[in-house]
Amino acid sequence: MDYETLMQLLASTLRLGTPLLFACLAGLFSERAGIFDIGLEGKMLMAAMASGATAAITGSAWVGLSAGICAALVMALLHGLASITFRGNQLISGVALNFVASGATVLIAQALFQQGGRTPPLSGAARFGPIHLPWAAEIGAVPVIGPIYQQVLSGQSILVYAALACVPLSWWLLYATRFGLRLRAVGENPESVDTAGISVVRLRYMAVLVTGILCGLAGTYMATALQAGFGREMTAGRGYIALAALIFAKWRPWHALWATMLFGFLQALALRPDVIEGVAHVSIPVPALDALPYVLTVIVLAGFVGKAVGPRAGGQPYVKER
Amino acid sequence: MTNRHETARQETATPDMPPPNAPAAIELRGISKAFGAVQANRDISIRVMPGTIHGIIGENGAGKSTLMSILYGFYKADSGEILIHGRETQIPDSQAAIRAGIGMVFQHFKLVQNFTVLENIILGAESGALLRPSKAKARTELARLAREYELDVNPDARIEDLSVGHQQRVEILKALYRQADILILDEPTGVLTPPEADHLFRILDHLRKQGKTVLLITHKLREIMEITDTVSVMRRGEMTATVQTAETTPEQLAELMVGRKVLLRVDKAPARPGRLVARIRDLRVTDEAGVERLKGIDLTLRAGEIVGIAGVAGNGQSELLEALGGFAKATGSITINDTPLDLGGQASAGRTRRAAGIAHVPEDRHRLGLILDFTAWENVALGYDDAPEYRRGPLMDNGAIIADTRGKMDRFDVRPPDPFLPARGFSGGNQQKIVLAREIERNPDLLLIGQPTRGVDIGAIEFIHKRIVELRDAGKAVLLVSVELDEIMSLSDRIAVMFDGRIMGERLPARTDERELGLLMAGVETEAAT
Repeated sequence: MDYETLMQLLASTLRLGTPLLFACLAGLFSERAGIFDIGLEGKMLMAAMASGATAAITGSAWVGLSAGICAALVMALLHGLASITFRGNQLISGVALNFVASGATVLIAQALFQQGGRTPPLSGAARFGPIHLPWAAEIGAVPVIGPIYQQVLSGQSILVYAALACVPLSWWLLYATRFGLRLRAVGENPESVDTAGISVVRLRYMAVLVTGILCGLAGTYMATALQAGFGREMTAGRGYIALAALIFAKWRPWHALWATMLFGFLQALALRPDVIEGVAHVSIPVPALDALPYVLTVIVLAGFVGKAVGPRAGGQPYVKER
Repeated sequence: MTNRHETARQETATPDMPPPNAPAAIELRGISKAFGAVQANRDISIRVMPGTIHGIIGENGAGKSTLMSILYGFYKADSGEILIHGRETQIPDSQAAIRAGIGMVFQHFKLVQNFTVLENIILGAESGALLRPSKAKARTELARLAREYELDVNPDARIEDLSVGHQQRVEILKALYRQADILILDEPTGVLTPPEADHLFRILDHLRKQGKTVLLITHKLREIMEITDTVSVMRRGEMTATVQTAETTPEQLAELMVGRKVLLRVDKAPARPGRLVARIRDLRVTDEAGVERLKGIDLTLRAGEIVGIAGVAGNGQSELLEALGGFAKATGSITINDTPLDLGGQASAGRTRRAAGIAHVPEDRHRLGLILDFTAWENVALGYDDAPEYRRGPLMDNGAIIADTRGKMDRFDVRPPDPFLPARGFSGGNQQKIVLAREIERNPDLLLIGQPTRGVDIGAIEFIHKRIVELRDAGKAVLLVSVELDEIMSLSDRIAVMFDGRIMGERLPARTDERELGLLMAGVETEAAT
């Protein structure tokens, strides 16, 4: 494999890792506040459909983005209502919302466009196109490092940069602000927050809304940047992969970046069977390659990567003790 | 001690009749609160003067915690008024309580385990949206509080690495950092070792000297007598009396609490130790982390004798019980009635122990003694489910077990006597009676009993102590482990003091005192006064 191919593979990793990174950070905020969210998948799917449809109608990717975020926020609020206000089982609520998303997206898209549950192909301003970073060509001439800047980092959609920026931003929010301190506390011991005179319910809703926004970004990216339009089940389990990455990352933002990029790399590899054949001199069937990220997910979730201890109050509705 | 009461009284005049121009720090007028049909608080009125320590004493379920929860904004009283420093104050939530200058130290700490001390202190009392300035401010303030009140804690330590005593200090610091001048402590010594409790009392004394008001909720008479200026007694949701501590006695308080005369000392005849029941030789236990917890215990237990194990919690008493009870792997030897026990810690060990005549009332009844979600009768059958009288062919004879449970509940005065109530629904004392009934009525040769009265109210303590002595008088051997030195002193016929996995020495209760036992508990060798 030459350097050129490696650059292509890494650029592809970044592209494919971005929705995972958004979703993983989304899950991070929710779970750090003590709300399990298995419904990342459904929120992404809703956002993808809403943004794809809106962008197709308005011709603007940005309007599509706001529609995507709104759709995911509605889903997030439903999950919040079920798990915070009504203290329901968070796993069941998440699974139910995934089912709803899976059916509703296709239904709405079909009703709107009669194209078999797809939204019309997007082009031009209806998509988030590649952005070329300044001096890409000049820096690209620098050996070894240059191509990374020119071919991997430059030429990505603005949402990719947004996702990367979310990593330090999330870190800063969690560890340097009052909001972050309270958020982490409410996921560990909500009673400590309650007795300090802070509303557990309000904090958890805020966390769930952040999750909604990030899932909205993830879904919109899928429909308007990675692909050109929404297609049935286009998220293909990425919400679950993001959850696995979250455990892998032990609920920390920087680790989430590395974990999601590892999954992104496996997905990128699956698109290039020729590279594997070139390096390993064996031909692996494409379906087997496609399965790689999912296999890693199973391995992570089965706990083969070491013990990961999540937020202590995770998954438990908060009921004031008598 | 007398000194302190005198100075306190001089500062505050008599709490019952305060000078007209000095408003009480807290005044409650006619507070009532009902949960459904249960009247938790009925027409409660008290005045607590500033700069005093006011004790509130009562049995479990007397309504102490409900009253404090009302004061801290967890519940809203159905009727009544709260006055703080003379001003009527509404306390709809904890935020309002904090604003009114009330700080609360709960029995179960409300700390975030994986946060640092500093993070826990500022949580909810941050000075701005960013943490850095809040932390800097808190650090300075903590240093000041540490100097002023003997409240030293490393601000950068994580809570989970701190001892229970230190965690409690963090809770007190949290309240002081929020400028509380009224501090409520709910059963603060339940989780502390004796030296930690002493330290806590010194802190409370400093607080009083600084003019803070302390409300101390407890069911331990000794603490009330030791530290408070005035004491209010609660019984069945009502405030039955408020008296000057210096003018009352533990006996009087106990009577006020329970509503009848209570025997505080255990009444027992001298022991007549008989044949050897158990011989423990060079018993060693190593924990999962590879630390040796028991470092060679030698002990004999005789029929008709109560041997008390004294010691600060965590010095190997639990491991001794676990090894004897069969759920810790040990080396050395234990013989019961001349039959050696298997010390491998197999799953079947509990069953073989019971067959050998050992009954066990474990220290942590919630974890090891009961299944809280099971009903009383199911809990009575635990461990004895294959007893012939509980079986009908291959099936359990539920009717027989329930009937037996009714009998046990009657004989052990379990309230309410409802075999179908889940164990969770009973008070601590009644839960303990269920465990005790299950184990004692099997007529064991040796009873292992750990912390028999932890979380048990005073009326039940008397009952449980009586049953233990009765068992002894019936010619059984009893091994009693307790961190309550009073309990050890009054029940035991022979006392062994444990320190750091070893037995420091054996003493006879009549020939020793708390001072000597305290030294042994701290690991200081003393000469036996024989």
